[in-house]
Amino acid sequence: MYAIDPRRTTSAQWADVWLGIDVGSDIALANAIGREIISAGLANDNFIAHATSGFDAYAAAVDEWSLERAAQVTGVPAGVIRDVAHDLATAETAQICWTLGITEHHNATDNVLALINLALLTGHVGRYGSGLVPIRGQNNVQGGGDMGALPNKLPGFQDVADDESRAKFEAKWEAAVPPEPGHHLSLMFDAMERGELRSLFVLGENPAQSEADVARTRRLLAGLDFLLVQDIFMTRTAEMADVVLPAAAGWAESEGTVTSSERRVQRVRKALEPPGEARDDLEILAMLASRLGHDLGTTHAESIWDELRELSPMHAGMSYRRLDELGGIQWPCVDEDDPGTRFLHGDLWEDPLPRDPVPLIPTGWVPPVDELTEEFPIRLTTGRRLDSYNTGVQTGGYSSPLRERGSIEISPEDGAAFGLAEGDQVSVRSRRGSIEVPVFFHRSLRPGLAFMSIHQPDEADVNLLTIDAWDPKSGTAEFKATAVSIQPMESTA
Amino acid sequence: MSDVQLTIDGVAVSVPEGATILDACRAEGKEQPTLCYLETLTPVNTCRVCVVQVTGSRTLVPSCSRVIEEGTDISTDSPAVRQTRKVIFEFLASSVDMSLVDEPTQQWMDHYEVDPTRYGPTAADSPAGARDGRHAGHHAAPVGGLTETVAQPVKIDDALYVRDYGKCILCYKCVEACGPDAQNTFAIQVAGRGFDARISTEFNVALTSSACVYCGNCIGVCPTGALMFRSEYELRKASMWDEEAQTVTRTVCSYCGVGCNLELHVQDNRIVKVTSPQDHSVTSGHLCIKGRFGYESVQELGDLENTPIDAVLRAARTS
Repeated sequence: MYAIDPRRTTSAQWADVWLGIDVGSDIALANAIGREIISAGLANDNFIAHATSGFDAYAAAVDEWSLERAAQVTGVPAGVIRDVAHDLATAETAQICWTLGITEHHNATDNVLALINLALLTGHVGRYGSGLVPIRGQNNVQGGGDMGALPNKLPGFQDVADDESRAKFEAKWEAAVPPEPGHHLSLMFDAMERGELRSLFVLGENPAQSEADVARTRRLLAGLDFLLVQDIFMTRTAEMADVVLPAAAGWAESEGTVTSSERRVQRVRKALEPPGEARDDLEILAMLASRLGHDLGTTHAESIWDELRELSPMHAGMSYRRLDELGGIQWPCVDEDDPGTRFLHGDLWEDPLPRDPVPLIPTGWVPPVDELTEEFPIRLTTGRRLDSYNTGVQTGGYSSPLRERGSIEISPEDGAAFGLAEGDQVSVRSRRGSIEVPVFFHRSLRPGLAFMSIHQPDEADVNLLTIDAWDPKSGTAEFKATAVSIQPMESTA
Repeated sequence: MSDVQLTIDGVAVSVPEGATILDACRAEGKEQPTLCYLETLTPVNTCRVCVVQVTGSRTLVPSCSRVIEEGTDISTDSPAVRQTRKVIFEFLASSVDMSLVDEPTQQWMDHYEVDPTRYGPTAADSPAGARDGRHAGHHAAPVGGLTETVAQPVKIDDALYVRDYGKCILCYKCVEACGPDAQNTFAIQVAGRGFDARISTEFNVALTSSACVYCGNCIGVCPTGALMFRSEYELRKASMWDEEAQTVTRTVCSYCGVGCNLELHVQDNRIVKVTSPQDHSVTSGHLCIKGRFGYESVQELGDLENTPIDAVLRAARTS
């Protein structure tokens, strides 16, 4: 196991080798691994010829990424990069797993493409035990996308621009479906900035604390004509709302399904009566629609799921009964005899290839947008801790013995260089804002690298610092790479 | 894989190669008592209550771990098996509080007419920490005529766990779940030797100072109630723990994309315990701190609603 992470996390400690990569140099590393695999003659030539296209252009594009150059850019020794390349290429099976360290960057999609290239180069895809594994941070990120909570997709990843797909949904719903994609989150805030988006309906999200460059977010939310929030908590966002609709908790007070990282659809069930006036999300949406003059029909979870199964072929075989019996089913599951699909893209190994070859797409390395300078010399990255979750509204209430204060962590070396003691209050400044927090030293960090968790925005409002540079394809902001300065507060200096 | 032939209590049986004696007994509908065995853990063979007689074997063998060889002839109910199981249960129950063992174990103890009181009156409980300080060969000689026990005050270091080692039979399940069979945290081990053996954190530090990550997987596998969720402990103490009145609902944890199944044990519209089904493929019954304990947000409702058990749960949480 190789762990590639700027911080020496617990996972990194478990790994055989830790690659302490510099923040935002992932593509440099991936391209150098690709080049080394090719130049050492370890590429899976048969698979490349059979199932991929664009190899020559890819090989030419990564040719500039010698091990030495990559070592300079990434901070990872050349020999280690070579080892990763050789081990990946020669392993019987290998998985490349990643999470937000890859996707919370302004070039997130390219980061992912660079990893896909490696899997294609080595044939570590479409086989049991091999593959590309984006690990989801919530129980239904996958399910949200599956259900069409994406600007350009209908449920089952059917394209809104596709006339045939749209017609199917329009016939069922007896309503017109707009063929143009909607806005993703980052575009919505841009539309608010331009004054085009004047009303907002926020369900189960706390952007007033979770967005990058959150001062801007708060200004834009405050400037709306109307803000409606539906949530199980009175979040900071809900406090800004004109109307708050109290919802039932999806995982304990409601019936339905969620889809995990491995595409496994599983049932959630109601164990508790929701408090006070809180109601099931489905019921709230139906009532809201009714006030707006539309009858959405049933709010019975299983009936709605069965409607989905009619419209989304990849879910067709997943009756509630089968989900119960089989302990969840991985999509696609096309009919009631289909056991589901353990891994995807197995058809890449079929002869003849039943689909278009998969392109290797060259990606260029671009450093993080927020540049390190003399004024802002420290690279701040954000993340989670084991016992907490996102902006902390859900996990702040239980008595975790592991809970840590909202703080900034730096390396012991930087602590000494800045003349700081653990617990000192410091001012952390970025090009967007500044906050005051206690500082602690942590051996997982190297000089020049700082870490803050995202869990205590009330006491450590880290997103006042982060940059809202976002990936044009995914819309995700570069939370992982902020340039900051750290100064002792006058009282402790 | 081929099958192997054996006889269990005179009945010819065929099982897949690699099956244990316990697997074969269960396949034949002959349940055996177990304490240290769990499907999701590696057998450690410490408790010996599952022993059976194998013809040709000098000693009784643990059925949970012994892989069947062709032609094995097994007796699960010979006089030696009955006597051994009875004495094991009696030795355990005479020195350990087994009042909270699971229903099947209680039935086995009744079946073998276990009478722990026949070893005479018990010695005084150990004061807090006394057993943790014992070193091999250095403790005082036992008082004649009294049965020594592991009775001692409970350990409560935080709002989530209770460790009541007066109920610990040293089955090793918690050690295995904390270690290589599930969590790989290695926060606890067996310290000491012989009757001084006990489960301990490194250097016996408080749980809050140990490597513990509060996944609760040790509590999930404990067969005697020695490890308990604080919520259950406080409700039991207040005589408000009511399993008859509880519902158990299976759902999915909301905190990440793994898809761990949760069983929410609910009493008075409050979650009082979270377990996970062992037979589910995603995590085989294991959880992390968030899935196990991160449910307060749906029931810490302040003045909005109150149920009879809220005061107890709240006190446990804030102590």
